[in-house]
Amino acid sequence: MSTIAREFTKGLWDEIPLFRIVLGLCPALAVTTTMENGLGMGVAATFVLVGSNGLVSMLRKIIPNEVRVACYIVIIATFVVCVEMITKAYFFALSESLGIFIPLIVVNCIILGRAEAFARKNTIVKSLADGLGMGIGFTLALMLLAGIRELFGAGKLTLLFGDTILIQHPFGFLQQAPGAFLALGLLLGLMNVINNKIRG
Amino acid sequence: MEYFELIIGAIFINNILLAKFLGNCPFLGVSKKMDTAIGMGAAVVFVLTLAGVITYAVEKYLLIPFDIGYIRTLAFILVIAALVQFVEIFMKKSIPALYKSLGIFLPLITTNCAVLGAAIISIQNEYDLIKTIIFSAASAVGFALALVLFAGVRERFEISRIPKPLQGTGIGLVMAGLLSLSFFAFKGMI
Repeated sequence: MSTIAREFTKGLWDEIPLFRIVLGLCPALAVTTTMENGLGMGVAATFVLVGSNGLVSMLRKIIPNEVRVACYIVIIATFVVCVEMITKAYFFALSESLGIFIPLIVVNCIILGRAEAFARKNTIVKSLADGLGMGIGFTLALMLLAGIRELFGAGKLTLLFGDTILIQHPFGFLQQAPGAFLALGLLLGLMNVINNKIRG
Repeated sequence: MEYFELIIGAIFINNILLAKFLGNCPFLGVSKKMDTAIGMGAAVVFVLTLAGVITYAVEKYLLIPFDIGYIRTLAFILVIAALVQFVEIFMKKSIPALYKSLGIFLPLITTNCAVLGAAIISIQNEYDLIKTIIFSAASAVGFALALVLFAGVRERFEISRIPKPLQGTGIGLVMAGLLSLSFFAFKGMI
């Protein structure tokens, strides 16, 4: 039990995607204009991550080593197609605002990275725990970045406070492309400072 | 004139890397040395243009006639993966030096969102074959340009004093932000 819990919790801080494992930058930079989009992207990625981790782990003894990456990509792409259809059917507004980045989950390095680094060597339960932890960590990281960009860039947090204006004169630059890079870079630095403080 | 706008738009205004955020992993990972960046850029130009043509054919002659547009993502990524494998074998045989210096990043072109992204964008915008080729090539040139510029800046990082928490990816992202800001100046050119 304790090892499973450890696989789950390492994704939340020790190896949190985006901050500690710097992967999955494209969706992180592109969709984090509002917290809502961040959450949507995170949940979609988590679904794919858990599904692909589970299936890769299940098939780990069958998939030949030489063509494993191709097999993983097919597995991941299958789950991504599912997500695409589900969002189009039930969350149309979200699918419009995430746009091209839903099909692009297929090339999110975190997912292939976990399949290659973890799921192919571990049992199903462990892999599922790892996928869920990493997915939740990724979602939290996206929401944090998106929250900062939305609060200071647009002056509101639609997900938590509706249309209430929280900051009178927002810094619109943060909503644009250069702001995304800058915000993530500085946030990464801040995370390193906090991490060093904890470790002493 | 229309084609010219497409080229300028794809290279400078909607730079695939700095404005559309596609392909950031190799951008921050590989671009530490000038010659590796040039090699990577060249590989991406080649793969992306070829992928544009092939995905166009797949869309037009397979997905649309059989009405199976919903597996577009799956079909495209498979085609791209096969293509990258081909480029890898080709490079290993004919340009082993470059193959060695690119190392792990060549197979990673498969998971470079710029390739899949550009293919999906040209399908979504309903470009014809010529426009698809021009758009793919121009996007890839924009990618290579940003990669090389960034590598040039990054070589300087080695001799400058960077605050400790920002070292590595942190300062890279800040720098990418500034680079993106400078590309922003092209907005409104067309």
